[in-house]
Amino acid sequence: MRSSLSFETEQFVLRKLHRSEELGFWYCLSGHPTLPCNVLKFKSTTIMLDCGLDMTSTLNFLPMPLVQSPRLSKLPGWVLKDGSTFLDKELKECSGHVFVDSVPEFCLPETELLDLSTVDVILISNYHCMMALPYITEYTGFTGTVYATEPTVQIGRLLMEELVNSIERVPKAQSASMWKNKEVQRLLPAPLKDAVEVSMWRKCYTMPEVNAALSKIQLVGYSQKIELFGAVQVTPLSSGYALGSSNWIIQSHYEKVSYVSGSSLLTTHPQPMDQASLKNSDVLILTGLTQIPTANPDGMVGEFCSNLAMTVRNGGNVLVPCYPSGVIYDLLECLYQYIDSAGLSNVPFYFISPVANSSLEFSQIFAEWLCHNKQTKVYLPEPPFPHAELIQTNKLKHYPSIHGDFSNDFKQPCVVFTGHPSLRFGDVVHFMELWGKSSLNTVIFTEPDFSYLDALAPYQPLAMKCVYCPIDTRLNFIQVSKLLKEVQPLHVVCPEQYTQPPPTQSHRTDLMIDCQPPPMSYRRAEVLTLPYKRRYEKIEIMPELADSLVPLEIKPGISLATVSAVLHTKDNKHVLQLPPKPPQPPASKKRKRVSDDVPECKPLKPLLSGSIPVDQFVQTLEKHGFSDVKVEDTAKGHIVLLQEAETLIQIEEDSTHIICDNDEPLRVKLRDLVLKFLQKF
Amino acid sequence: MPEIKVTPLGAGQDVGRSCILVSIAGKNVMLDCGMHMGYNDDRRFPDFSYITQNGRLTDFLDCVIISHFHLDHCGALPYFSEMVGYDGPIYMTHPTKAICPILLEDYRKITVDKKGETNFFTSQMIKDCMKKVVAVHLHQTVQVDEELEIKAYYAGHVLGAAMFQIKVGCESVAYTGDYNMTPDRHLGAAWIDKCRPDLLITESTYATTIRDSKRCRERDFLKKVHETVERGGKVLIPVFALGRAQELCILLETFWERMNLKAPIYFSTGLTEKANHYYKLFITWTNQKIRKTFVQRNMFEFKHIKAFDRAFADNPGPMVVFATPGMLHAGQSLQIFRKWAGNEKNMVIMPGYCVQGTVGHKILSGQRKLEMEGRQILEVKMQVEYMSFSAHADAKGIMQLIRQAEPRNVLLVHGEAKKMEFLKQKIEQEFHVNCYMPANGETTTIFTNPSIPVDISLGLLKRETAIGLLPDAKKPKLMHGTLIMKDNSFRLVSPEQALKELGLAEHQLRFTCRVHIQDPRKEHETVLRVYNHLKGQVFPFFFYPPRNGLELIILR
Repeated sequence: MRSSLSFETEQFVLRKLHRSEELGFWYCLSGHPTLPCNVLKFKSTTIMLDCGLDMTSTLNFLPMPLVQSPRLSKLPGWVLKDGSTFLDKELKECSGHVFVDSVPEFCLPETELLDLSTVDVILISNYHCMMALPYITEYTGFTGTVYATEPTVQIGRLLMEELVNSIERVPKAQSASMWKNKEVQRLLPAPLKDAVEVSMWRKCYTMPEVNAALSKIQLVGYSQKIELFGAVQVTPLSSGYALGSSNWIIQSHYEKVSYVSGSSLLTTHPQPMDQASLKNSDVLILTGLTQIPTANPDGMVGEFCSNLAMTVRNGGNVLVPCYPSGVIYDLLECLYQYIDSAGLSNVPFYFISPVANSSLEFSQIFAEWLCHNKQTKVYLPEPPFPHAELIQTNKLKHYPSIHGDFSNDFKQPCVVFTGHPSLRFGDVVHFMELWGKSSLNTVIFTEPDFSYLDALAPYQPLAMKCVYCPIDTRLNFIQVSKLLKEVQPLHVVCPEQYTQPPPTQSHRTDLMIDCQPPPMSYRRAEVLTLPYKRRYEKIEIMPELADSLVPLEIKPGISLATVSAVLHTKDNKHVLQLPPKPPQPPASKKRKRVSDDVPECKPLKPLLSGSIPVDQFVQTLEKHGFSDVKVEDTAKGHIVLLQEAETLIQIEEDSTHIICDNDEPLRVKLRDLVLKFLQKF
Repeated sequence: MPEIKVTPLGAGQDVGRSCILVSIAGKNVMLDCGMHMGYNDDRRFPDFSYITQNGRLTDFLDCVIISHFHLDHCGALPYFSEMVGYDGPIYMTHPTKAICPILLEDYRKITVDKKGETNFFTSQMIKDCMKKVVAVHLHQTVQVDEELEIKAYYAGHVLGAAMFQIKVGCESVAYTGDYNMTPDRHLGAAWIDKCRPDLLITESTYATTIRDSKRCRERDFLKKVHETVERGGKVLIPVFALGRAQELCILLETFWERMNLKAPIYFSTGLTEKANHYYKLFITWTNQKIRKTFVQRNMFEFKHIKAFDRAFADNPGPMVVFATPGMLHAGQSLQIFRKWAGNEKNMVIMPGYCVQGTVGHKILSGQRKLEMEGRQILEVKMQVEYMSFSAHADAKGIMQLIRQAEPRNVLLVHGEAKKMEFLKQKIEQEFHVNCYMPANGETTTIFTNPSIPVDISLGLLKRETAIGLLPDAKKPKLMHGTLIMKDNSFRLVSPEQALKELGLAEHQLRFTCRVHIQDPRKEHETVLRVYNHLKGQVFPFFFYPPRNGLELIILR
């Protein structure tokens, strides 16, 4: 059989064109599993999932004291082994560690892996995972929409405000860059030597950039179905981790990708996690699991309280480095129940942050996003969080900073909640310098984002007690395996960190994701092809067309109908309509413009099926006036001869060949007779 | 042909007792479950026996939706669910769920404790009823069952008021409840997306009114209050505890502050403090401005407005009193009205709509001699002012909403028949859609013509659209496919695939015909010429270019 080359090429081009449409691609822009930033290409839409900012880079920098610190300013410059001192302005040494003396910088998500101006939408799952948003929306030519819940936006704004404020109010003249030179970096001690992508580290954004970024956000509610270009539907689901935190479903009529990021099954203040809606996923992407899989959050809260009480009873102060929202609400609630029984009623609690007041106020107005118990309180109506009462009774006081009112009210011993948990900027730096020299005082680490030893390094040597009670309510591996059994996704995709035990506990094979088929893993700057292939699409048949169809029962329970219709595609929605009637000859003499609605008509070429029973065919021929029909048997079938018409019909099981010269009416007649015996599709 | 049936049990050519039954694609939904302020007998509640004579309501209704907490939309709910008996889901927004039981309890107290009625729902029934309520978020798609889904939109009107879209497959109905298309001092404007429902059921309280600008009305209101107080008169403003009251309080509070006025302002009911607290906790449901500034200054903390004590009514000198209820049909507002009505220095300002039969309605229609209980005649000498502050959409607003939603049919409820008639004509003229206004108990049937969703194989679709892409992407394309109907699934695939799936072989039909051509050219050239000629003519026949210069095969 011969085939046409050009025809094949066309098919090939089309196939290639389909391929990218049928598959999903996953671009990993951040290597940090709890501060993700990924891009999903799904059905011709480009969706960024989360915008996490890796702030662990700041641990390489010196803290920014609010009040001139003689200790920090006297730190010796770092000298290379060969004695050269060209870096001693940029790098300082403290207790055997080397720090960059500069404005702290953050490690941004990859911006080169794909053109970020092609991102159509950004979906945010919780307020911790949007801290890189201004870098993306303001610097990459992004023109799309960002979707997030109202609490996520409001609290995210507070986190950004606090960050910008604590960095901007300590102006630092120096911006170190020499150490970033690849040749120089090689010579540095760890961890600076091993720091990745240092050329991409950036200074903090400004408030105008934050405002511009936040203005691109559109608010959404849980279980709201959001149509993207008519092609894809995205839906946020409650994830149970923080106020307004969400997982996202990205789906078309036939494919469902679930994006699970920062979820919790513990009962704290937020609305419980919606697990049922994750069922029937083709692909489930799993990020934001607990960073401390071996610690039990409840136990940690208990330890937190007892350490706090012990220190205060001994006349010491307690410092709690924390974010201005989130776990602090739960800690205050625990303390509310605990302080009277522990005899701490007279100890002042201070919450110091430029956004302390806003955070406490905002927490009370999101009734709809809270767990059932707290909702019930609002119906009474009472404030859902008991910190309202702590403030009313003057047990908890909040201040924008250590300057101003706070310095007048400040009484010791006391408990101070303040940021930033990295101990590199914010009011916490002041308290570390102030209380670090006394062993009566305690710093209690509750936020799990930073290694507490690294955080403390520039404050060494330290007399103050350090207690590590990380409270991470996100899913642990036992809960993950339960969840996966429950929702049964066809495939699991996760960061590579979750596919092996933690590096420090390599024997703990229970601290990794275990599922069948094994999860597909990704790492920073990698692209995955998601394991599904789209085969179907939704199309609507208009009622008039549906009425005109003639179904034919081919096999019991299966009917077929041939559809010839006009395809309309608008906003990625497909509709089939009745083909228009053949155009009437124009009534007027004016030449009418050919209407755009009339489709280009391509003649119907139905497929035929069935076989022709020779005897009946011959009878039919005779009935139609062919009197001299002769039939010959061949190896594969029969030859029917019409002698007078000089025509030959070869009939085989799956083919009919009519050889007939120069007689169009005869050919048409024969064709119609043959077609009577065949089914058309 | 598929159809949607709508029967109002209340609010059909009437205001009050809102209760509308909708049957859509085999699902039955009840919209609102209100009481009528104008009646004290059986007619105050909808006639639920219409739904089913002896069967259980739960078997018949798939769900109940409450649009907002006003009693004419939820007042019959405990009666319906606990006394008649309904155990299915009841949907409302969070603020409605929070506030509704308080108003119900208030209503129960007035009816049972003050008027001494028996056979009314009890406090426990209110509690049990509320246990059946499922709270919904704005824009959340709630799956009532596998086919029926509902979605709430912001309606303004009062705190937590919502419009609802009810959808089964591709058929849908949107119900507005009461709504307001202009933002006011404490709430935002109603909004719905272009959801193109088969039917939009809209309220039509102000069907014929086009209200002047809000600013003018506010200035007018403040001027009247100010003048009365200046000349030593007392101002009575009958309101419902939640809603307009807060808006007018914000208005007076800022005016008093600005003008440095000293005359006392009172709020009559114990609800105030509590009511304001709801506004504080549900601040996300108020307007943009209040939400933005609430950390610095909460608009619902009033300095000038104090709690009212019954004894204050007899105090000499000017004062302003907000008293409930809003239509002067019972309670404290009526008591104060009776005390102050005789003095022409005083003024009563009715800031909202009054239902027929209420004292409010009577004085607004000009009646100055009222027959009170015990044949007593009350002469009204005080000034009576009406100022429409009730947050309903006016005619312009209703048209605007229809433009937003683009419904295929419109049905009017919650309004007076005469006014509806006018609006109905206007809607039919402007939008060329059918508009209905059934009376209570009258059923309207709307035929829908839904298209049929089928699954098309991506290969077939892409082949068609890709060919379409080549010369002219926008132009519609004729396509051929085979629809496979098996069980309840419909799949449209290419004829080749259909044959393959059914295990059928293709039957090839070929024709061969000899053509004699007389041409002096070389054989090879001739064949090529014929080929090139045909190529231009008989697309899309597949034919093979000549090889060897010997033969030309055309296949059809």
